[in-house]
Formats: sequence, structure tokens, C-alpha cells
Amino acid sequence: MIARFGPPLTILLLAGPVLAGLAGTLLPAFGYLPALGGDTFSFEPFGELAAQSGIWRSAWMSYYTGVAAAAISLLLVMLFVAAWAGTRAFATIQHLVSPLLSVPHAAAAFGFAFLIAPSGVLSRLASPWLTGWDRPPDAIIVNDGAALSLIAGLVVKEVPFLLLVTLAALPQVPVERTRKITALLGYGRIAGFIYASWPQIYRQIRLAVLAVIAFSASVVDVAAILGPTLPGTLAVRLAGWMNDPEISMRFLASAGALLQLGVAVAAILTWIAVEKTLGPLIQLMAQAGYSLRRDRWLRLAVLWTMALAAGTVFAGLGALAIWSIAGLWQFPDTLPDSVTLKSWMRAAPRMAGPLVTTCIVAVCATAIAVALAMMCLVREDTTGRRTSRFALPLIYLPLVVPQVAFLFGLQLLFVLSGTVASLPALVFAHVVFVLPYVFLSLSDPWRAFDRRYEAIAAGLGKSRNTTLWRIRAPMLLRAILTAAAVGFAVSIGQYLPTLLVGAGRLPTITTEAVALASGGNRRVIGVYAFLQMLLPLAGFAIATLVPALLFRRFRAMRA
Amino acid sequence: MKKLLAAAALFAGLTTSAPASEPDPASWETVVEQARGQTVYFNAWGGSENINAYIEWAGGRLMEDYGVELVHVKLDDTANAVAKVVAEKAAGRNDAGTVDLIWINGENFASMKRQKLLLGGEWATKLPNWHYVDIENKQTILTDFTIATDGQESPWGMAKLVFFYDSARTDADELPQSADGLLEWAKANPGRFSYPQPPDFIGSSFLKQVLSEKVADRPALLKPVVEEEFGAVTKPLFDYLDQLHPVMWRSGRAYPQNYPAMRQLLADSELDIIFAFNPAEASSAIANGELPDSVRSFTFPGGTLSNTHFVAIPYNAAAKAGALVLANFLISPEAQAHKQDPRIWGDPTVLNIGKLDAEDRARFDALDLGIATLAPDELGPALDEPHPTWMDRLETEWKRRYGVAN
Amino acid sequence: MDGKGLRLDDIRISLNGAPLLSIAHTIAPGEVLTVMGPSGSGKSTLLAFIGGFLDPAFEASGQVFIDDEDLTPVASEDRHVGILFQDPLLFPHMTVAGNLTFAIPATISGRVRRRDIACRALEGVELAGYEDRDPDTLSGGQKARVALARVLLAEPRALLLDEPFSKLDAELRQQMRDLVFSKARQSGLPTLLVTHDEADAAAAGGNVIRLGG
Repeated sequence: MIARFGPPLTILLLAGPVLAGLAGTLLPAFGYLPALGGDTFSFEPFGELAAQSGIWRSAWMSYYTGVAAAAISLLLVMLFVAAWAGTRAFATIQHLVSPLLSVPHAAAAFGFAFLIAPSGVLSRLASPWLTGWDRPPDAIIVNDGAALSLIAGLVVKEVPFLLLVTLAALPQVPVERTRKITALLGYGRIAGFIYASWPQIYRQIRLAVLAVIAFSASVVDVAAILGPTLPGTLAVRLAGWMNDPEISMRFLASAGALLQLGVAVAAILTWIAVEKTLGPLIQLMAQAGYSLRRDRWLRLAVLWTMALAAGTVFAGLGALAIWSIAGLWQFPDTLPDSVTLKSWMRAAPRMAGPLVTTCIVAVCATAIAVALAMMCLVREDTTGRRTSRFALPLIYLPLVVPQVAFLFGLQLLFVLSGTVASLPALVFAHVVFVLPYVFLSLSDPWRAFDRRYEAIAAGLGKSRNTTLWRIRAPMLLRAILTAAAVGFAVSIGQYLPTLLVGAGRLPTITTEAVALASGGNRRVIGVYAFLQMLLPLAGFAIATLVPALLFRRFRAMRA
Repeated sequence: MKKLLAAAALFAGLTTSAPASEPDPASWETVVEQARGQTVYFNAWGGSENINAYIEWAGGRLMEDYGVELVHVKLDDTANAVAKVVAEKAAGRNDAGTVDLIWINGENFASMKRQKLLLGGEWATKLPNWHYVDIENKQTILTDFTIATDGQESPWGMAKLVFFYDSARTDADELPQSADGLLEWAKANPGRFSYPQPPDFIGSSFLKQVLSEKVADRPALLKPVVEEEFGAVTKPLFDYLDQLHPVMWRSGRAYPQNYPAMRQLLADSELDIIFAFNPAEASSAIANGELPDSVRSFTFPGGTLSNTHFVAIPYNAAAKAGALVLANFLISPEAQAHKQDPRIWGDPTVLNIGKLDAEDRARFDALDLGIATLAPDELGPALDEPHPTWMDRLETEWKRRYGVAN
Repeated sequence: MDGKGLRLDDIRISLNGAPLLSIAHTIAPGEVLTVMGPSGSGKSTLLAFIGGFLDPAFEASGQVFIDDEDLTPVASEDRHVGILFQDPLLFPHMTVAGNLTFAIPATISGRVRRRDIACRALEGVELAGYEDRDPDTLSGGQKARVALARVLLAEPRALLLDEPFSKLDAELRQQMRDLVFSKARQSGLPTLLVTHDEADAAAAGGNVIRLGG
């Protein structure tokens, strides 16, 4: 069976580039990069790093941003699922929130900024009739020094991700049955869920949560848009050093990349410590019979918070949309003076090429990633070995190791092999980042599959292949397509790898959008952000519609 | 670090001996012949749609006249292209590089020139259209931030620091006439002035403008920074900033990230005075509906910074002949006049109009520079850019003093 | 040895070196052997070993024969040993008929013919007319009967029952016991039942082996 080659191939694909890239980062961090004249090892780069003004504050902000964004997002998702799973309101919000996953981070961040800035849409709506402002107030909201808007911006983007992962895990846990039992025992809806169902669900989504922490602690684009600037978060400063024309900055940047790695690890360790504390605490509360019977206020609060989070992103995208067609739009006008398609018409002829590249790369990378992930999982079933303690961190590597930390080294590899700026190289680089997300999204529902179905099929004389394609794959179709849609969206959102491996010659919608975003033109940002959003949305629409249509007659498949 | 750099430069020197087949702009027909069918990857900042549209237009014309394809590699920072060439060199890729032409000036040029990452042989001065270039009146064409260009980069456009304000909100009589005047104005109008956060190019330029005005010994700025004297030379600048920041937008605790962000703040009436390096920028923005038509320009009678931006060819470019043809086209009267049109871009020409024949001169005469654009004789004197080491050192010092807000 | 039936030859299963169970017994065609034991006694593990889907974490020795053929080296899907679990586990993405036709061996060809066989099997469990139903809309008892029809359609050489009645209510349970055992007897299947319910053992009527805790 070809599945045999899945795990080694996957490990090679994930770990190879990361380790090679890391070596290209690690050695310069200790002063070694002969091509640039560094041929002795030293701690000088770290000394220089420590001498950077505000470096510890940058690192500290990255750290707490990662932990806080993940904690708030997870809390919100948990309470929401606890309070509303199985209700009509849940379905409504779920449909509202799921598409948000596909909104690229940069686009969502811009939309958020356009909304909450002192001259933003909210302030315009309330001025001057309510606030009396005829000029925007001189107040720091975006780019605040405590990174609050950064955390908020990350939360509204991570909530959809965690919710989707939770939804994929939900059918594997008898939530409804458990709820009836806990209700009979006198527990409120939320308390009953958290005591009885959540631990099982959390076990399935845990890796996704850790990925959120690592991502939030090392994000570049969102932090550059919403985060503090005096100083910036570590990742943003790191990206700056990486881009510095002064080649000696490579050494400093490499040392910084190692610090970033440490920050991500510290954030994850903190989380694990919190898990260890909260788990037993919840059990204690359960045993003490703390039942939170009257939880209606909390349920409503959660519902509104969730609606607000989703609404914020939508309103932000709405603001982007209006900006994309705005003529002159001065404060405090609620709407632009005039509407024009000029921004769209200017951009249209230049979008076709990048659009095609984006789609080809995303489809190829996703197909490869899904195939590899399935091969690994099938292999795991055959050998009965779970992805071992050795392999799991490897799958995690591209998610936990901040991109900025190994991409320079990776680019060097492509240049050396003469494949830089080729489509296969770009697809390969995308697979590195797509595969972990696909694997994470798919592995939990895959493993949670009731294998007695396979025993039955085998008893009916069906081969493993038949069982895979006629029983397991169709039953997991939703999970597989969801994983593919996640992969597709991840590929479309890739900025740094596309820029570096594509050497700028294979522009995608995202690299074009970020390049234009550096110009700060709200109208152009609006155009590209909209387009950027449309593509992954199509992916998720397919992931939702295909199983729904295929299995429309089967109640248990709707879950 | 200095030692490492020297070693890198040495390493560069060993590996950049030009192959025999290098195109020679002196025999132009051969270059044009070699260029036909080539694809030129032009690495240029892609943050402005009208500039992108201009480059696309140039690509169309290049294909028509020379059969050369132009691909605009849109950068968010020119340093990315420099980094690419550095990485290629580190990997020993000394020909068939991925960058053919770079939009460049100042410290990026200085850095690439020092590391011998650029095509030499004084190619720029051998281009057929070079004889139109205004080397007589525009000194910054030959010295880019005090560094001799040595024909390693070809001029593309002129830049001068110009201030903009909205005449609907601000009275022209109240406008500041100097850096000191600006400080007084800011104290009288707290929260209405800011500058992009260094190391943004425009923000760092503001630091240099103030320094150039306030420095006791201006010629010192034209030489590399002398570390022992840096504190004393720059004291007036930082004293100035210490007074300015508390009365700035957000009390100096946040800064616009770049010029377009600052322009948006003028449109949003958060700021009252902004500045750019392109005198036609305000007219362009008005034409695009990005600024109200009541915006006007002004400069300081004592002079503002002025420089030139260029294109350069990396030593390992794959399509050198094509890059030469493109560089030559960019300084043709047709391309330069098109570029100066504020409806297109509005970037001032590097050519000497007096050297053009009647037909080409008419192209420039026909341009309507726009209501917010000052005529060339209203722009005031030009201040020379300091040596590139100042930019770097000022940015470091700024970051040290103001990089961590309280 | 006369060889007919299901022969368990000196089977020993252990986990991490700790012995879990050992058994040696022959079940004649049409006969039911009941293995009783509390949960954790490894009775389901025994079924997994016979079915060929034992988790590799367990170590097992011994051999399984059906009609003198050694099944031990044979892949799970080629053993033709049908199994019924506590839950009916109907495939949720197929209709009732789809579940049944899926079970019919590939040697029987022709869509119409296969569907016809499925319909007759449904009649045999008193569910005529339920072909096109979504399995999720059936009652618990109906599901159990479809599952039984499905396992029999695959023409198994032996039947394994993993507490198949434990989730049914009392009245249904008795009906299902009667149905399952009579079908197994009719088809002449050697049947192995594991349960912790004494009433199951009584209804099965055959030999009983009790595993220790």
C-alpha cells in the first residue's frame, strides 16, 4: 500500500525545510555565515540583540499577545458551544462565523482598524450629532501601547478558526445525550457541558489551540497593522531586520529569530501550565456540585459577544468595501461624497495573473497536503501506532517555528538548487505550511472515527481499500473537505513564503495586497482585501455545500 | 561587525569579475539586438497604484518598440530586492539572478555599491538618452546622498520635500516658514502635526530636514558621521524633537507608518500639515479623490531637502541588455513627460527641457501641473541630502531615544 | 478432528506482558458458545482476535480454524466472520437497502438482482418496504434487525456477537435474541456470543465459558 510512504514523506516535507531553514538561521545567530564573512562562532549577535532598545518589551508583548488572544478566543468558543450547541441561534451564528475563517488576517485587520480608528466608521456614524466631533479625537486606539487592539483583532480572527475545529470535533462526542443527563442532574446548560462534554472535545482541538498561541505570538502582518509601534512586537521588528539592506543585520535578525522561537515556546508552556491548573479545578467545581443553574444571563452575554465578534469583522469588511468604491470621503461624513469604480478598474487588469497563480498554487498544495495527511492517517491505523512522540513535534514544527525564523535559510536552499521562483518550488513551500493545518484539522475527526464500522465492513468481506473509499472517506467527507478548505485558505493567506520563494516573480493576490497595503491607500486595500476574501470563501462554500447536497437525505450525516 | 562587512566586500570583489559577454551600451544596436525577447524583472516599490499603472504603460511601450517584456515585481520595501541579491550572492549565483533592474537611491544604493552588487562600467552615462539629462542644474543626479553615482545608476525622477495643507481649514498666512516656525505652529495647534515613524524614508527625511536647518556646521553633514562629534552636531535636532513631540499628533506616542497614511490623516482632518517628496503629490491625490481640492502646497524659503531617484542593474542580472533598454527608455522625453503628468504620476523630470527639440519640449509645455502644485520657481532653494551614514545614524539614535514609549 | 465449525486452538491474549485470557474450544455449526465475564475481562478482545482486527498493542498466540482452514494468517476481510456490536452501526450515508447491498458478495452481480436480494432479506426481518429509508429514522429495534440482515447477507462462515442485545429494552431484547439465534441456527453458523447478561446465555442455550475478573 502506498500509504506506507505517507509518514516518511510527510516528515521529510515538514521537517526538512524547517530544519534546513533553521540551520540557515541558527548558524548566523552565532555569527557563522561564511558567505557574509562570518566564519567564527560567537555570541556577539545576542549581545547586539540585548542592546536593542525595548527588545524585552517587544518580546513580552509578543508573549502575552499570544497567550491572551488564544485564551480569550477559546473561552468564547467554549462558552458559546456550551450555551448554544444544537439550537437555532447556534446554527445562525455558525453560518455567520464560518466564512470569517477564510478572511485573510491582513484584510480583517485593516477592516478592524478602519472601523475603530478615531476617524473610523464607528466614529463617523456617531459624529457630530452624538459626540459633537467635527474632527476626529486625538486618541490612540489602533496601535495602542498595550496591544489591546492587536489582541482584539486576533481574537475576532481566531474565534472562527477554533469554532470550526470544535464543530468538526463535535459529532464525535454525544453532546446532546450528555446534556440531557446533566440537565436531569440539575446542572445548568453551560456547567453541564463544561463538566461532561468539554474535556473530550478539548482533547481533540488542543493542537489547534496551541497553533493559535504560536501564531498569535509571532504574527507579522496583523501586528504591523494593529499592534504597538513604539516599540513593535518582536515579530514585526524581526521582519524589519530581515529586510534591512545592511547584511550585517542578518546576524542580529537570526539571533532575534531564536528569541522569537523562545517566546513562542514560553507562551505554549504557559498554556500547558494553565491547562494543568484549570483541568483539576473544573473537576473540583464539578464535584462540589457547582451547577450554575441560572445561566441565562451568561448565555445571552456569550451570544451577543459572539455576534459582536462576527459583526465586527463583517462591518470591517463592509468598511473596506465602501472604501474600495469611495470618492472623496471626509470626516465626519457617514458616507463618501461620491462613488467611483476607479479603484477597481485600475486594479482589474493587473489582477488576472496573480489570481491564476494564487489558485493553481492553492489547489495543488491543498491536494498534496490532503493526500499526504490521509496517507499518514491510514498508515497510523494499519500500524496501530499513533503519530509517535517523535513525529508529532515535527508536524508542529512549521506552525510553532515562526516563519520569519527559517524562511531566509529556506530561500537560500531554493536559490542553491536553482529552483527559486518556479511554480513547483512555490507549491512545495506552501505545502510546508498547509500540511500541518490540514493534518491538524483532519487527524482528530479521523482518529475519533468509530472503527467498529471498519470491523463490520471487514466482516462483510470488504477490503481495506473498499472500506476506506466507501465507508470511512464518505462518512468523514465533511471533515476532509473542511480540512481541504482550511488548507486552501492557509495557502491563499501565505505572504512571506510566497514573497521569498517566488522571488517576487510569482505574485499572488496576497503579495500584491500586502505590497499595496504598504502604500496605506484605503481604497486599494479595499479592492484587494475583498478579492482575497472571495477565494477562500469559495473553498468553504464547497466544503459546506458538497456534503450537504450529497447526503441531504441522511439525517445522521448533517450533524 | 565592521570586520564582517569588510570581509563580505572582499568576498564580493572576488566573485564579481564581469563575464566577457556583458552587453556594452556604447554599441547600442548590439544591446537592442540582445535585448529583444528578454524579460526584465523590474523590482520597484508597488505601494502606489498610479506608479504601478505608469510602469505598466512603460512595459507596453517597451514591448512595442523593442520586443522586451517588463515584469513589475512589486516590493513593499526596496530592501527586499537588495536582500534577494545578497542571498543570491551568498548562494554563489553570480549570473542569471532574479533581479534585473531596481528602483533605488540613497542608502540602498550606497549599500549595494559598497558591496559591489551593481553593474559597473559607467553604463548609465553611455545610454543614448543620457545627453538629455540635466546634469548641469541638478547636482543630485551625479551625487546620490553625497555618494558619486559613477554611472552605476540611471536617474529616473526628481524629488523635493514639499508641505501640504488644507486651505479650507488652515489660513495661508499662518503657515510656518522654517523648522522653527513649524515648532511654534505645532505649539499653537497641538495634535495637528506628525511625521512618519523613522526608519520610514519620509520620516527620516524630516529628521534630516530639521537637522540641516538647525545644524551649526552644515558641511559636516556632507561627510560621513564622525561618532565623537555626533552628539554635539545633532543636539539641536533632538532638543527640537523633545519640544515638538509633546504637541504632536497622539502626543508623539504613535506615528503614521508612511506618507500615504499621513495623507489619509490630512483627508480625515486629523492632521493639518503634512509633507511629501513629490511636489505634484497633492494634485495627484486631488485628482484621485484622496484629498479635497482645497489642499495647497508650500515650502520653506530657506530651502528643503531635494534628491533624485534612480534605477540600477544588479551585477548578476539575467537580462542586462533588456534592463539597459528599459533604463534608456525611462529617460526618454516621451516617458519623462508622461511621468510628469499629475494625472499619471506627477513625478518631476530629470531632463533639461532646454536640451530637447521643439516637439519633445511641447510635450512638457502641454502638461497641466494641477492647482496644488507649485511652479518650479516657487519651490525654493534645494538643500543637499546628508551623507547616507547620517540617515542610518539618525534612525538609530531616534529609535534609542523615542523607540520605546512610556 | 472432524473439523467442521469454529475452532479456537489454545488462544492466549496478553497486554504488556500481563495475561488477559486463554481459551480453547470448538463451536459446531449452528451452535452458540457464550463467553461470560465482567467488563475488562478481555471478552471483546477475543472477538477482535478472531475477527482479525486486534489492536497491535495486544500480544496474542494460538490459532483460529474454520472448517479446518487456519484463519490466523488470513487478512480480516478474507476471514468472512460476521460481527454484531452493541450498536447496530448502520452506515449513516447509505439507505437501508444500500447498507444491505453493500454486504452482498461481489460474486453476485447485477443491480436489480442485488437489490432484490436485499429486499428479500428485509422481508426476512419483517421490514419489507423499508428499503429507501434513511437508517437514522428507524427505531432501535428496526436498526438492530437491519444490522442482523446485513451481516447474514455477506454469507459469513461464523458469527461473532459482542453484547448485541444490551442496549435494547427488555421486550425487544427477547425478540432479538430469538431472531438472532434462530437465524444463526438456520444458516448453520458457529456463533460466539460474549456478554455479561445471564439471560443472554440462557437464551443462547449452548455452552458457557466464564472468564475471571
